[in-house]
Amino acid sequence: MKPAPFVYRRPGSLAEAVAALAGEPNAKVLAGGQSLVPLLSMRLAAPAMLVDINAIPGLDTITVEDGGASGVRVGALARHAAVLASDDVRRVQPLVTQALAHVAHATIRNRGTTVGSLVHADAAAEMPVVLTLLGGSLEVEGPAGRRTIPASELYLGPLESSLAPDEIAVSAFFPGLATGAGVAFQEIARRHGDYALVGAAALVEGESVKVGYLSVSDVPTVVDLSGVDDADLGEAALAQLEPMDDIHATAAYRAQLVRVITTRVVRSAREGM
Amino acid sequence: MSEELHDVRLMVNGATHELRVPARRLLSDALRHDLRLTGTHVGCEHGVCGACTVLVDGAPMRSCLMFAVSAEGAEVTTVEGLANPDGSLGPVQQAFAECHGLQCGFCTPGFLTTITAGLRENPTPTHEEAREMVAGNLCRCTGYQNIVKAVERAAELGS
Repeated sequence: MKPAPFVYRRPGSLAEAVAALAGEPNAKVLAGGQSLVPLLSMRLAAPAMLVDINAIPGLDTITVEDGGASGVRVGALARHAAVLASDDVRRVQPLVTQALAHVAHATIRNRGTTVGSLVHADAAAEMPVVLTLLGGSLEVEGPAGRRTIPASELYLGPLESSLAPDEIAVSAFFPGLATGAGVAFQEIARRHGDYALVGAAALVEGESVKVGYLSVSDVPTVVDLSGVDDADLGEAALAQLEPMDDIHATAAYRAQLVRVITTRVVRSAREGM
Repeated sequence: MSEELHDVRLMVNGATHELRVPARRLLSDALRHDLRLTGTHVGCEHGVCGACTVLVDGAPMRSCLMFAVSAEGAEVTTVEGLANPDGSLGPVQQAFAECHGLQCGFCTPGFLTTITAGLRENPTPTHEEAREMVAGNLCRCTGYQNIVKAVERAAELGS
């Protein structure tokens, strides 16, 4: 239960961090470490180098952006706890706040970062689903400069994102909630703070109804339920999903949870409109 | 190949310590092995049980999910730092003693640090909030009832 040896770098600027990553193909970025350190301790991962970005100034910001696309931008070092406590985030996109309350426990949220959770790309995690449902994006920096990855192109498979090994996630952009739209987040877990057996986030805007699911497939999955009668929401969602079987729940049980949670989360989003 | 060592300055319970450790030294191990502060316990060593919780700049964090090198310059408070200046039990410790909030005591250091920070943020928790405060810490003995009572008692003692 101790990590294998690694070379440790703690750069003071983003440029140095990008250079360090570029110089070692088997390097990983360390931000909050709340998912990475357990992987290292259990020796499920043994990178040759860790690039600790915690000493880089200016990455912990949470800013409201107006203009063409309004929303909230969360920096790579903004801890879950800070994003959860942000009045700006709650006002601009309450779904982020609602979902963050379900991310692990407060102690983990004090260290873990929202952007770190996004790039960890765990299909059982809350924030990748939120980013995908809202159509947000990730800003990354690598040797070739900056680029923006839309959430729809970010998740390739279990724990696999489309970031290149030499790129660092700099910030995530969550679009704001439109006037008259409603959002809701719910999950079903065996114990409070545990990974959800199934979780769902809903976005209702006029006639459009979309629901994103965690722990149902091996990537965050969004289905369009616009125009579906309330009584048929669960079945309509299942027609577009293939719930997985694992040690925590059978596929049939997950399907039942999808039926139940879909109806609940859409109703809750409508009530919030 | 000899492992690269790093100089780290840790401020623990008000005292500054200079360490020379490999980068992979977990903060929990730096506290226990290098500084001999064995009050911090290590249970699961992957962030689930909460026994190793310490305060980093006042906020509870899992010391098994941090490297000592990452804590450079941070103020760390362990269970050894929770007693009153005269050595008597601090209010959360006192409440645990009064309410029988522990049996084997293995998980207790993590509860004490977590609750100390929790009551700083919310000095008058409701029963539900008291339960929520300790939701991230596991105890295999008590069944939690007396721990929740201890949170409420510590709030009365004005921690």
